[in-house]
This record gives sequence, structure tokens and C-alpha cells, in this order.
Amino acid sequence: MALPTYEEVIAKWDPVLGLEVHVELNTHSKMFCSCATEFGAEPNTQTCPVCLALPGALPVVNEKAIESTILIGLALNCKIAPYSRFARKNYFYPDMPKNFQISQYDEPICFDGYVDVEIDTEEGPKQFRIEIERVHMEEDTGKSLHVGGATGRIHGADYSLLDYNRAGIPLVEIVTKIVPGTGKYAPEVAKAYVAELRDILRGLKVSDVKMEQGSLRCDANVSLKPIGSDVLGTRSETKNVNSLRSVERAIRGEMIRHAELLNEGKKVKQETRHFQEDTGLTRSGRSKEQAEDYRYFPDPDLVPVTPAATWIEELRATLPERPSVRRKRIKEEWSVPDKEMEAMINADVLDIVEATVNPGADPTKARTWWLGEISRIANDQNIAVADLAITPADVAELVALVAKGELTDKLARQVVEGVIAGEGKPSEVVAKRGIKVVNDDGALMAAIEKVCAEQADTAEKVRGGHLPAAGALIGAVMKETKGQADAARVRELLLGHLGQASN
Amino acid sequence: MIKQTASEMGEALSKGEISSVELTKAHLDRIAEVDGQVKAFLHVDAEGALAQAKGVDARRKSGEKLSPIAGVPLALKDVLAQRGVPTTAGSKILENWKPPYDSTVVSKLKDAGVVIMGKTNMDEFAMGSSTENSGYGPTFNPWDLARTPGGSSGGSAAAVSAFEAPLAVGSDTGGSIRQPAALTGIVGVRPTYGAVSRYGLIAYSSSLDQAGPFGRTVLDTALLHEVMAGHDVKDATSISAPVPAVVAAAKSGDVKGMKIGVIKQLQGEGYQKGVQARFDESLQVLASLGAEIVEVDCPSFEYALAAYYLIAPSECSSNLARFDAMRYGLRTGDTEGASAEAVMSATRDAGFGREVKRRIILGTYALSSGYYDAYYGSAQKIRTLIIQDYAKAFAQADVLVSPTAPTTAYKIGEKVDDPMAMYLGDVATIPVNLAGICGMSLPAGLAEEDGLPVGFQIMAPAMQDQRLYQAGAALEAALLSKWGAPILSKAPTLGGVR
Repeated sequence: MALPTYEEVIAKWDPVLGLEVHVELNTHSKMFCSCATEFGAEPNTQTCPVCLALPGALPVVNEKAIESTILIGLALNCKIAPYSRFARKNYFYPDMPKNFQISQYDEPICFDGYVDVEIDTEEGPKQFRIEIERVHMEEDTGKSLHVGGATGRIHGADYSLLDYNRAGIPLVEIVTKIVPGTGKYAPEVAKAYVAELRDILRGLKVSDVKMEQGSLRCDANVSLKPIGSDVLGTRSETKNVNSLRSVERAIRGEMIRHAELLNEGKKVKQETRHFQEDTGLTRSGRSKEQAEDYRYFPDPDLVPVTPAATWIEELRATLPERPSVRRKRIKEEWSVPDKEMEAMINADVLDIVEATVNPGADPTKARTWWLGEISRIANDQNIAVADLAITPADVAELVALVAKGELTDKLARQVVEGVIAGEGKPSEVVAKRGIKVVNDDGALMAAIEKVCAEQADTAEKVRGGHLPAAGALIGAVMKETKGQADAARVRELLLGHLGQASN
Repeated sequence: MIKQTASEMGEALSKGEISSVELTKAHLDRIAEVDGQVKAFLHVDAEGALAQAKGVDARRKSGEKLSPIAGVPLALKDVLAQRGVPTTAGSKILENWKPPYDSTVVSKLKDAGVVIMGKTNMDEFAMGSSTENSGYGPTFNPWDLARTPGGSSGGSAAAVSAFEAPLAVGSDTGGSIRQPAALTGIVGVRPTYGAVSRYGLIAYSSSLDQAGPFGRTVLDTALLHEVMAGHDVKDATSISAPVPAVVAAAKSGDVKGMKIGVIKQLQGEGYQKGVQARFDESLQVLASLGAEIVEVDCPSFEYALAAYYLIAPSECSSNLARFDAMRYGLRTGDTEGASAEAVMSATRDAGFGREVKRRIILGTYALSSGYYDAYYGSAQKIRTLIIQDYAKAFAQADVLVSPTAPTTAYKIGEKVDDPMAMYLGDVATIPVNLAGICGMSLPAGLAEEDGLPVGFQIMAPAMQDQRLYQAGAALEAALLSKWGAPILSKAPTLGGVR
């Protein structure tokens, strides 16, 4: 039997989602020890007795991780527990040093929140509310590299290498309640939710949120029930879906796979599935039919987490504007076209442009500088725009100088180069380099006369009404004045000189 | 010289009458002479000890202000990590493991200039009450080599009792300092939970474990207590408060006007006749010194043993999961094609002894889904009731007292096949651990029927450890004047030194 099409699936079945997102926090040290957390370090160089679980070593909670988790909870409209505990999740695995993971079980630090997401539908923009069950803290495991064997999995490997650098990195798990009622939009809603989470977390500056590096990982639970039914179907859990596009593909793929099984009267197995980037399909992992018994119990090595209400309120006061709300506001306030808005988001310059506009720069001019000339230089140097030695205040000053006519756009580009080269603030670069707009009409006229004499043929064409030819003359005048003239004024004077009205 | 108290040794060292190197050599000689019989040590670090002794002699020469026990040698229970020195917790699974780091207790000892001579034998992972569960064979009681020194810190207690060391460190999860102190005729203290850092103490039961001092006198024990205790940022359960003034209390030793509560549930039936007699006699001594003796009721203590044998195994089943052959310790079954799981399983099977396996299995069961509430959950409730019993009792008395153990030292092999009988030996000590408070055992004399030492237990509220020393020192002084000589002078001579 052929796979049903997506349209056939949604005509008969109603998907129910459940999403678990793991976020690696960007704290400088690990969750329970002071080891560094840098990504990509030499294997086993960021370890100590605690994260290697040497006999006698004890965990101590990273306060910064608690702060980050509370911030996440608050941003997701959660309640913050005045008392919560860490629990041990007991199971054996070679890359888990203690053979238990310190996590939270029945006492999570944040609970009962929600996130609203908006997607475009055929009927226009539509909002969905994703309810958050809990946000809790835990530690990451090490990494296994299985060498030999065809699959790269532990079974069939010749040997395995273990890297404990990641063991103990703080993780926050964000678990939704079941998400019903998304219908045919289920894959897009899931994608929009993960994207929204990513933006919120980035705005909070608590994580690098790089899906490709695993600092944001999504496990997608999907089940189908017949349309109109209240009875939930059996779910599968697709692990470690590591891009936004994959979230959408994995859910769509699972919906089709489930529908095929159900259409044939077969049962969906409750199991873990692994998403395969190349095919967009999932393959079977560990069966979950026999629920593993993790023997959770409160970790006796740690004390309860009891954040003071005043601290929680202090943190709440520092919450940034929600990214989606902010984007809407900025788009309206600055009248930014869709394409440009997208470009700013993709280039990650929204913060920096806003910081340029705040002291009074024109939004369009500010955006153009950051997206244009400055982005180009950053690209050439292969670094992030934000890492260049030019600040929003510098760009605001630059825009002001151009507006006052003290710089032309062309001269301003030289100033940008100077600022980035470390020559100082724009005004200092202007002074040091002796950059000055030539405003002296007499000097400009001398140059115009010189150019018209040199290029008499062209000048004749313009005099004869062929205005496009003026460009070459203007260019030559600009060159003559070392680019320090205002091109508009040059054009005006030139056309006047050649008997043509300017405008 | 080895017969002196630690405080006397400290004084002689500070006066320059003797060097730490000489004192350490004398003890190493004693170990060489008698430890073949006692088997208190698993590892003697003669070279390291002499280097430390040399170091502290140099520090003294340079005019550095040193601890009163700087330069005094000590025996360390093998449960505490010491950098570069084999640390096994009495288990074959850690045979030859050398920690790359020092436990906080060891750091503090080194800073204070106390000389660590070696690692002492213990029940494997501190699970046991006789040191017979050691993966390396039992320790023998210096009072009668056919008997156990108690446990789990039996090696440390025997070393002090046999004059192999004037001081020792033990750990006490259910009585593992106090009971061996009682059975070997010395002083042992389990400080308040959180008073001494657990960082580097190989965990048996995290919520009950606590390291503490052994000495031959109350003052010696206080001097070591002061060095070991104090807040540690590396232990989240460490108490952030000043160390109680235990040395001052041990020096003042006064019970006049002190209310001393006798726990109704911890005496009488089940207690050996000679044990009860010495206990009653000590009470009379205390009363004669001006203490007011009252009786207190702690009805929940009846369930303490049951609660302990659910909580401790539960925590140990998780704490001992890390011994998996992946990163350190024993590895067996690592043959061509063996999976990681098979290697873990074979290693744990070969490396753990019977009692450890028994407790891991008990704990795994008690934490299982569906059983958690009935076992682990109920045990935690009993723990709360015991804490409440203590709170009520301490409202009526400054300190509480009982015999430390129901019997004197028993024969090696006598209870090894009867775990319940062995567990019952801890009935009087376990409530202290469950409540997280502090307790001391000090010698109360010898039982008439067998001539073996009897321990007198004093308990005080959390972070009131000084009360133990205040009452203990008073009782010790009164008993000493009654006996005319320290109790250890009645112990048999070992190896011809007297």
C-alpha cells in the first residue's frame, strides 16, 4: 500500500503534539562544578573530580544556572516554585559518569506557563497557545563516539570513545502540555513554537540556542486520533531533531507514518524514533513499551532550591520585550518592508539598529548602514557585525554628520573604515583624515570648468540635452575634488553651467 | 612516648622536646611491630608521613603558628580521598585507585600539619559493624584478637586503641565511629551532620554520612574535631556557621546543673548485663558531679533501625552506581566483543562484596516505582518523627545518654551470617544519624562478665557539639580518678611494648 498523502492524513486524523525542548545554558561553568563549558574543546579537557564522578566528589549548584532557568520560566509565563528539589534519575549508561542524572522530578522549578505563536494560514495569520507543563533543570551527559560498525551506534561498534566535556553542562528542559487542535497546521505550529522559544531564549541571552551544535534540541511527541474523537492515540517520540525545518519535517513524517499504520489496522508502537536528516524519515530506537524505572528520589547531596520572592521579582523586572512583540512594534514604528525586516533578523542586527535609532538616528539610514557597508566589512573579515569596533553611537553620529551635510555618503564610508580600523569616533576620524565636504562653489566651478574642457565632447552632449551623459562628468568632478564634494551640488552646478535646468 | 595523649605530644612538639619526624618514626615502628596482629591499616604511607613530618618540623622552625596537634601522627579511614595514596573504601572494586585530589578533611589535616600515616581498614563502603565486610580481611580488636573492633571504622579505632596512632579519623553513618570506639575502649565523636565536609568522603549514604574524630581522651578528640570541622563551599550540605567551641568545652568539663536525659527506649532489655551496669554506674557518677538525671521518652526510636535500613541502602544503590569500570577502579570481563553493559556487570559482580550487594539490591527495590511510597517515603516520615522525638527530649534535657552498643565486642565470625543480629548492634547509635545531630562514645569501664570495654553515649542537638565534650570531659575525669589509670592500661600488651 502506498503511503497516504498529507492531505489524506489530515482528512481523517487529528494530530496531538507534545514537545520537549532541551536547552544548554551558556553559563561559564557547569551545572554542579566549576569546569569550563566551551564548545568543541579537546576531549576530556574540561573535566574535574565532580563531573567525572570520582569517588567522594560532590555536586554544588551553579547559582547562575538557577537564575537563567527562572528567567526562562518567567519569559514563558510560568509560576516559579518557592521550593523545588533536585532528584536523581538512575540508569546505567557509559557516558553518564555517576550512572544517575541529576534532574528534577515531581518538584520542578517552573510550571504552568504558555507561549503564543502565530503562523500564516490560508485564512490569514492565526494564533495558537502552547501550554507549558514545566521547566526544569538538569545536567547533560557526556558524549560517546562509537567506532567501527556500520551504523555509528553502540551495537556493532568495535569500541567506543567517551568525552566527558559535555557531562554536567547545565540543561533546561521545557515540556509542553499536550497540544491538541492544531489540525493540519501541526507541523508548522511545532516549528513556530520552537522558533519562538529560540528567539525568547536568545533575547534572554541565557543560551547560544544553536540547534546545529545541539545547544537547542527538540524531542517531538506525535499521536493521531480520529477526527472528533477524545481518545488519545499512541505516541511516538522523535529525538534530537536539530533544525527548525526538521521539526516540521519530522512531525509531518510521523503523522504520515502513523496514519499508514492506523489505516492498515496496525498499532503504533510507543517508542523512541530517531530523525534522519537525509530522508526526512524516522527510524526505530529504544522501545518504551516497558517503561524504564528510573527510581527517582531527592538528591541528598543537594539542598532545596528556594528562590526569594523579591529575587524573582527583580528578575521579572529585567525581562526583555518578547521578541515577536518587539518585531511587530519595530516593523510598525520604523515602517520596515517585510523583506528588510527579515534581512535584519537573519543578520541578527535588530538590537544594534535599535541601539542606533534610540539616540535619534533615522531608522532607515541606521538600518542601511548596518545591513550594507558594515555587514559587508564584517563578511569580509568573517566576524559578526557586533564584534566589529564600531558602536551604535558611532553610526548614530555618522548619520547625523551626513544629515548636517558635513559628510557625503561616500565620505561617510571612509569614516566607517576609519572607525573600524580603530582611529576613533567618527568626528575624530574626520579630523584626523582631514575629510571635508567641499562646499566652496568657486572651487567646484573651477573643477567643473576643467572637466568640461577635458571632456568637451561629453559636455556638448549634455549641453544638447542628453542628460545621462552628465554622470561621467560628475564622476570626474568628484575625482578631481578627491570625493569630498557633495555629488548633488556638483550635479546642480554642472547642469547650470551647461545650460540645463537641474531637477 | 607513643603512650602519651595527642595533646601531650602536641605540647612536647611545641616545646621542641621532640620532633614530628621522631614521633612519626616511633609510631611507624609500633605499626610495624603490632599491625601484623591487629591489621588496622590497609596501607601505611611511611614515606609520605615522614615527608609531612619533616615539613611540619620546618614550619615550626620558621616560627609559623601551628595547630596544637601539628606534627602529631594520625590514621585515616580509607573512605577519605587522599591525593596519590591508595584509597579503596575497603572494596576490591577500588583496589589500587589513587585519587587525583584531596578530600576537604585531608586538606584541613595537611594545613594543620597533622601527619597522615596511612589508610585504615573498614567494612566495604562503610557497610557493616565489625570490619569483617572489608574486601581485604578483618581487623582484630586489640583487647582480644579473636574479637572484632566493631565497625565500620574498625581499623581507625583499633589503631588508636593499639597505640599505633594517637588520633584517627572515621566516618559514622549509623554508628560507625561511636560503636567501634565503644568496643575498643576509646573516644569517638560523630559531629553534627554538615559540620565536617563530606567532599572526598566516598559516599555510602549521603544524608547520614559524617566524618569524625577518634582519640584516647575527650580533649584529644576535641582537638582533632576542631581541625576537621568548618564550612566548605564544595559540599552543599555543609553548615555555614562557626565551629562550636569543642576544645574549650573539653578543657572545662563540667556537668553541674546540667540536665541529662536517659532515653527510656535505649536501655534495659537487649542490653548485656555488664553494659547496663557500667552505664548505670556512669549515671551515678554524673549525678554525683551535680547533674540532674531525667528520663525521656522517644517512642519513634523503635522504628529507627527499619528506617535506616531503607534510607541507607536506597542512597547507596544510587551512590555506588558510579563504580562501573569506565573511568577508574577494577575492570573485568573486558574481552573481545564484550559490551559495555557486560563489562559493567562483570566488574560489579567481582568487585563488590556480599553485604554491599545485599544493600544495593535492598535499596534498588525500595526505590522502585510502586514501592517508593511504602518504603523510602515511609522511612523519611519516620525520620521526621525521630527528629520530633529528639526535639521534645532536648526540651527536657541538655544532653541525652544511652549505652553506645548493646554488647561488648563479639567474636569474629559470630554474627557474620546473621545480618539482623549485626544490624541490631546499631540500635542505639542510628537515631543520631537519622536526626542529623551529634553523638560521642567514651569508655565507661569494663563489663564484669568479659572484661571488655563498654561505651557510654552522649547526644546533643545539632551544632551543640560542645555539650558532648563538656559532659564527656567531666565523666572522663571522674572515672579516671576512680580507676586510677586510663582504661587502655588494662588492655593486653601487644608485641611486647608496654
